[in-house]
Amino acid sequence: MAKHQTPLLDQLETGPWPSFVSDIKQEAAHRAANPDGLDYQTPVDCPDDLLGVLELSFKDKETHWKHGGIVGVFGYGGGVIGRYCDQPEMFPGVAHFHTVRLAQPSGKYYTADYLRGIMDIWDLRGSGLTNMHGSTGDIVLLGTTTPQLEEIFFDVTHKMNTDLGGSGGNLRTPADCLGQSRCEFACYDTQDLCHTLTNDYQDELHRPAFPYKFKFKFDGCPNGCVASIARSDFSVIGTWKDDIRIDQDRVKAYVAGEFKPGGGSHSGRDWGKFDIVKEVVDRCPTGCMSYDGAKLSIDNANCTRCMHCINTMPAAVKIGKETGTSILLGAKAPILDGAQMSSLLVPFVVVEKPYDEIKEVIENIWDWWMEEGKNRERVGETMKRLSFQKLLEVTNIKAMPQHVKEPRSNPYIFFKEEEVPGGFAHDEKAYRQRHMR
Amino acid sequence: MAFISSGYNPDKPMENRITDIGPRHFEEFYPPVIKKNKGAWDYHEIVKPGVLKHVGLSGDVVYTVRVGAARLMSVTHIREICEIAEKHCGGHLRFTTRNNVEFMVETEAALDGLLADLASRKFAGGSFKFPVGGTGACVSNIVHTQGYAHCHTPATDASGPVKAVMDDMFEYFQSMTLPAMVRISLACCLNMCGAVHCSDIGIVGIHRKPPIVEHDRLDNICEVPLAVSACPTGAIKPAKVEIDGKKVNSVAVNASRCMYCGNCYTMCPAMPLASGEGDGIVLMVGGKVSNRISMPKFSKVVVAFIPNEPPRWPTLTKMVKQIVEVYAKEARKYERLGEWAERIGWEKFFELCDLEFTHHCIDDFRDPAYYTWRQSTQFKFTKHIEA
Repeated sequence: MAKHQTPLLDQLETGPWPSFVSDIKQEAAHRAANPDGLDYQTPVDCPDDLLGVLELSFKDKETHWKHGGIVGVFGYGGGVIGRYCDQPEMFPGVAHFHTVRLAQPSGKYYTADYLRGIMDIWDLRGSGLTNMHGSTGDIVLLGTTTPQLEEIFFDVTHKMNTDLGGSGGNLRTPADCLGQSRCEFACYDTQDLCHTLTNDYQDELHRPAFPYKFKFKFDGCPNGCVASIARSDFSVIGTWKDDIRIDQDRVKAYVAGEFKPGGGSHSGRDWGKFDIVKEVVDRCPTGCMSYDGAKLSIDNANCTRCMHCINTMPAAVKIGKETGTSILLGAKAPILDGAQMSSLLVPFVVVEKPYDEIKEVIENIWDWWMEEGKNRERVGETMKRLSFQKLLEVTNIKAMPQHVKEPRSNPYIFFKEEEVPGGFAHDEKAYRQRHMR
Repeated sequence: MAFISSGYNPDKPMENRITDIGPRHFEEFYPPVIKKNKGAWDYHEIVKPGVLKHVGLSGDVVYTVRVGAARLMSVTHIREICEIAEKHCGGHLRFTTRNNVEFMVETEAALDGLLADLASRKFAGGSFKFPVGGTGACVSNIVHTQGYAHCHTPATDASGPVKAVMDDMFEYFQSMTLPAMVRISLACCLNMCGAVHCSDIGIVGIHRKPPIVEHDRLDNICEVPLAVSACPTGAIKPAKVEIDGKKVNSVAVNASRCMYCGNCYTMCPAMPLASGEGDGIVLMVGGKVSNRISMPKFSKVVVAFIPNEPPRWPTLTKMVKQIVEVYAKEARKYERLGEWAERIGWEKFFELCDLEFTHHCIDDFRDPAYYTWRQSTQFKFTKHIEA
């Protein structure tokens, strides 16, 4: 018998898509039955009470969670988000319901053993509910009480060799696409770069010293499956600088229908026979391709590496050999002054261990932003406030046309005094000798 | 309940303490075929919706089965995922950025066994536990935020609308019939813990009422200067207010300048603005993060307000379906939703999708607004222009 009547939520149990309501009910039943005979360290009925408070929110069309208080583990300034219910008497099981963020492994590969280990801890010490994963990428453990926080931290570090993730004004848990592990498009080892930087910057991740949050995300290629250009302050997007590799025999095989375009990505509808000119050559945004009926040619100097030809004929057309990455800076959500995407800062850098060149860019940006950034100002806003030129200056990067979509259309140009012969000072006397008042 | 110690000693917090170790190393979790062929994959195919086949230069093959999942997931469900991974995949699995789960096998026989097993598993309420899909020209899983389940600032729920929209989009999740992929994302407020601003379809919670000011406690629980500086439009000023004959420090909100972003509430809990009748959803379309063919784009507001209608948000789901179906019919192969809308013109987009264009769809926020107005005589005649 359910603890709370949930007639609204119950309507989300039907339909084919996995129902989170059914799943929470399943967890409530599991805890009530307690097949493993656990001495649950948080209220046994917290999944029931989560359903109850959610039902109330569906009725009121308002949330029933209060602001987080300051909770956490000793020595860290992030990783735990305090959460309290504003109807604690009605729903005591979730009166204190803090979130714990755990650092996910790069690429989000797991073994069953590892996940079970985390789940055993969370079954005993938490609500039994999670997010797999949070928007930033962490394993999110949803709902526990303050006395359990140090215990959970001790358990995950000692038993699972796993650390907390980030929250607040610090480096947030970096995330990546699966990269070269299972994708032929990846231009660098996203997982190694993500893992290495995560570990090299543990202090920045755990101890808030920044004006606001800072996110790294690593996309292996310009397809951007991890959405770094929209979701991270520091977006690392793989690319290459030499020629696209073409296997002409396989191009013929695509034309002959032996390979499906896009690997079969459009095979659910009859789009007609694959037409390489119409579907690939004519869709090339720079018009740098041609096909003479036997041979596909690319004018690589005019290619902007959009990936369309490669995506459409992955077996025949491949990324170049001289691979590396572009670095873009400054994406953020609308709060406060409107949404931003990251802007191109480093067009190309080779991705090589120990990644010193990339780290130099990062640390120059941090030094500047920590000095100049206002409280709760994302680096993208600092860039807008202080100019792209300033960013170039602090990162020692020379301005180049790749930095802009087009040159400025207003002539209100700020010059530095040393750029003007004789500086800003006029010889007033000489001026007035030339020009009478 | 008896307290069970992990071994942590509160009197000596530094004793035996492990910190700053980061995540586990990814290589520990690779399936053998992944470890062996990393960096040496030749090409891939999508064998059928939800099933990828990657072929290595070595000749090795790995089949990946992608299944949708609610990102809010229980321990019991995750243990079931582990059981499937052990039964079919040597104990390995992965999650995707879009909250899907991926199971990998190396032979067609193993693939068939896995697919049959996944199809057989349903929740007690009847929904699939592990629906296969989310590849190619499809609607993949929705990236979303916490909503009413766990967040203190939402203007809408997350898991509820996501379930309702995905039920409606289910046939597109399990097929590859669209002109290109359609990425749907949901953020329950403008803090946007997700890439909603660059999605083919972005579902965004917004408030519509300026904050309540709890004068009787504001000065006790908030810093007035922080509340004032939190406002991007300068709508908040310090104010002295009289309560029971006593002057107290508080703030005043200029309602006509407020854009309901909620940043003041983030800084000051005495300024709540959630409202059952005020809150709802903005629908934004045409964004993308990929560089394929055209550059990444922001999503644009095409419906300025949809009321919150729990539990199944019927107006929202109807509008999403309407847009996806018109796009499916009208767009060219490979054309993303935003590329299609730009090719035909947004006036045509509104007409074809049968969406009302209101003054709310015209940008009026700072400089970027001007760049979205039309400095041209090039436009198409649609039903919006009266003779």
